[in-house]
Amino acid sequence: MSDVQKDRSMVLQKQMIARHFERLEKAPETGEPVVYTFVPGNLTELIRSFGALPVLPEINALQSGMRKRSGDFINEAEKSGHSEDVCTYVKCDIGMLKSGNIGPTGTRLPKPDLLLLSYTGCYTFMKWFELLREEYDCPTVFFQVPYQGDGAIEPQHKEYMVKQLRDEVIPALEKVTGKKYDEDRLKEMLALSAQAEEDLVAVLQSAKNKPSPIDAYFGAVYYVGPIFSAFRGTPEGVEYYKELRREVEQRVAEGRGPITPDGPLDDQKYRIVVEGPPNWTHFRDFWRMFAEEGAVVVASTYTKVGGVYDFGFRHDPNDPLGTLAEYCAGCYTNINLPGRIAMIERYIRDYDADGFIINSVKSCNSFSAGQLMMVREIERRTGIPGGFIESDLVDPRYFSAANIKNRLESYFQMIDARRMGVSA
Amino acid sequence: MRCVIGIDLGSTTTKAVILDEERRVLGRGITNSRSNYDLAAAVARSEAYVTARFNLLRREVAGRVDDAMLERLRRAFKLEQTLHQLRRLRELIDEEIDRSHENGLRRPLKDAIATMFERIEREEEERFADPNPPKRSDFFRDAAGSAFNRIAEEIADPTGVTFDMLLGLYDKCIIRVENEPLELGFRDHIGAALERIGRPPEIAGAVDRVARVELEEAASVGTGYGRARLPFPKEQIRSEILCHGLGAHAMFPGTRTVLDIGGQDTKAIQVDENGIVTSFQMNDRCAAGCGRYLGYIADEMNIGLHELGPLASKCHRCVKINSTCTVFAGAELRERLSLGERREDILAGLHRAIVVRAMSLLARSGGVFNEFTFTGGVAKNEAAVRALRELVHENYGDISMNVSPDSIYTGAYGAALFAHEVAN
Ligand code: SF4
Repeated sequence: MSDVQKDRSMVLQKQMIARHFERLEKAPETGEPVVYTFVPGNLTELIRSFGALPVLPEINALQSGMRKRSGDFINEAEKSGHSEDVCTYVKCDIGMLKSGNIGPTGTRLPKPDLLLLSYTGCYTFMKWFELLREEYDCPTVFFQVPYQGDGAIEPQHKEYMVKQLRDEVIPALEKVTGKKYDEDRLKEMLALSAQAEEDLVAVLQSAKNKPSPIDAYFGAVYYVGPIFSAFRGTPEGVEYYKELRREVEQRVAEGRGPITPDGPLDDQKYRIVVEGPPNWTHFRDFWRMFAEEGAVVVASTYTKVGGVYDFGFRHDPNDPLGTLAEYCAGCYTNINLPGRIAMIERYIRDYDADGFIINSVKSCNSFSAGQLMMVREIERRTGIPGGFIESDLVDPRYFSAANIKNRLESYFQMIDARRMGVSA
Repeated sequence: MRCVIGIDLGSTTTKAVILDEERRVLGRGITNSRSNYDLAAAVARSEAYVTARFNLLRREVAGRVDDAMLERLRRAFKLEQTLHQLRRLRELIDEEIDRSHENGLRRPLKDAIATMFERIEREEEERFADPNPPKRSDFFRDAAGSAFNRIAEEIADPTGVTFDMLLGLYDKCIIRVENEPLELGFRDHIGAALERIGRPPEIAGAVDRVARVELEEAASVGTGYGRARLPFPKEQIRSEILCHGLGAHAMFPGTRTVLDIGGQDTKAIQVDENGIVTSFQMNDRCAAGCGRYLGYIADEMNIGLHELGPLASKCHRCVKINSTCTVFAGAELRERLSLGERREDILAGLHRAIVVRAMSLLARSGGVFNEFTFTGGVAKNEAAVRALRELVHENYGDISMNVSPDSIYTGAYGAALFAHEVAN
């Protein structure tokens, strides 16, 4: 019975995504406008309130990685002159485009009618859309989100963003969709967003239980899929999260752990917090390396790149543009290093973690800079040892299984040794 | 008597260390890691047991028998082992001749082989008789191989039994000798060895007693890249990072930082006052800056690996080599040579390049603290040690740096210490 329920949310998600990509494929015929945008600081509700469909290139890239297609796409991009060290999401996306723009579900992706560039902490985003603009020759708006350099969203930041939304983003959307901005529609959608966010947070925080019913990194990347992509503010999104929450609550009631690639993980030896994106090309092997050791991830920063909700932020229908601004500025990528450190420290305490691991991604400087400094500082504050591994997003050449396994095993054994206070 | 054993299956060599109940080192064994890890482990282990018995013997006769006699017995034993292996090699070669050569060639081939083996055996006996035999590799493959090569060159006849035929036979059969479990244990050959040195009464009784001691293996722990191959339960497998940390700490109790440069991994490890690892950093997926790099350089220069260090130590002016990438280093080397730089100066630069790379790992792991211990195969290389001393001094000031002559056994020693924990 419970297995059937577990499957329901997955089935739902699969259907939602398939339908979305079908709609995208048909967009050239149906005339539905298409907006390309990024996950951090995505303005999904706003885009959809205009009846437009979002496409998120990072998600396409990571999906290609999971489907083992990214290596070819990266090769393709390198053939056209992109160097080995460039962010592999970019190369994967460019390669995909050059190979006919077939999306992750096997259907063709439409051309963008608008490139909506929300700038939240990564410079690469700008260059990426410049490349796409070159290719598609379509209008581009640049929504500048001020970096939380001082660790807070100042009122003037918010004003500045709202002004941009009003003066630039909305007019651009009006122009490409031919529709007027409808604030009531946006408010309705934001209310739906808040509802889904509430359920997502309940799901993520369920990891405070022992055993944790979820894996808050490997498992949770599926959970955040709909809300980080096209489904915030939609009834399907609300339904998905309600269902997911029910399933997870049931697992808590039964005292069960998450299902990993090797089956259920009820016997949890290590509770870990993880920082940094997962490796997508060897996702299951990577997960397995944790599961085999009895390690469950109880919190991760990666599941916050498309929005930080667990410290209280919800989209607020009463302040539609202001809330979108706050949301964008609050994304993980837009938080400064002290803020990230504080967040991880808080996770370690709130989730009673035994350790934290950083997966440092080779081709993403935006994430990697400062990570070792973070390790030291978090170790100092919590007294808990940090682990450091290195892989990549979607470049299969950057994943050395033996090397990563070695580091992980050593790390978990190090926790053991410290627990036992072994003195030989 | 109860003992414990640690086995380190490294990428190039496999080491075993046996400890007695007081955690004193009783025996050490080493062999080249062949394609067959199981066998390498078995060989290293049996060699460690042989040295363990010699150590027991030394303890048994302490004060009564001088070291020279014990050393003579040990060499006689080694000779008996070698003769045993040679006999087996010859048997296999004879069988191989019957199998793969036609009638007309069999006789002359067998005669040539007979001549060769007689000479090799005679040389071995002479070596034994020589109180100061020239140094050479202890591995049977290396010793037998170089003698075989040399003699084959001398006796080969281009019109009949050619050099290639002889070498082909050797190549085919040496692997089989290496890959079959031969009786090389203490009891197998100590009798003959004792006879060979004239059965001196002051030692004969003790030898009998020591041969009869039951060495009961109370626990074993495995480490190193091949550790998954060991038939040990999971709790008896430890990562080499933990083993090097603990081993180095046991050798030098003041150790806080450990650098282990092995064949294909470099690790910077921090340990606490009990030798427990508190953090570590490891090289990424490429082996730049590891021991293997020196192997490439040696090949490139057409000299033995063990000659590199001494040659580099003769440098006058260390040439700056920037690349730690094995391939580029080869290119730099050739370019420098063509520019007329001296070999030893270039070599010194190459050693320094490895160490520069290790310095970055050390920095990443938190820096170098007093005392600092250098372990792993490369710690045997004097030029690497010198470069490391200089760089540590330049970067961290006055730090005492430990290098043990047994550094190559550090990992196995640490594993044995963990085995002691398991046993008690
Ligand atoms: S944040 Fe990293 S992964 Fe994302 S676009 Fe920037 S460089 Fe690439």
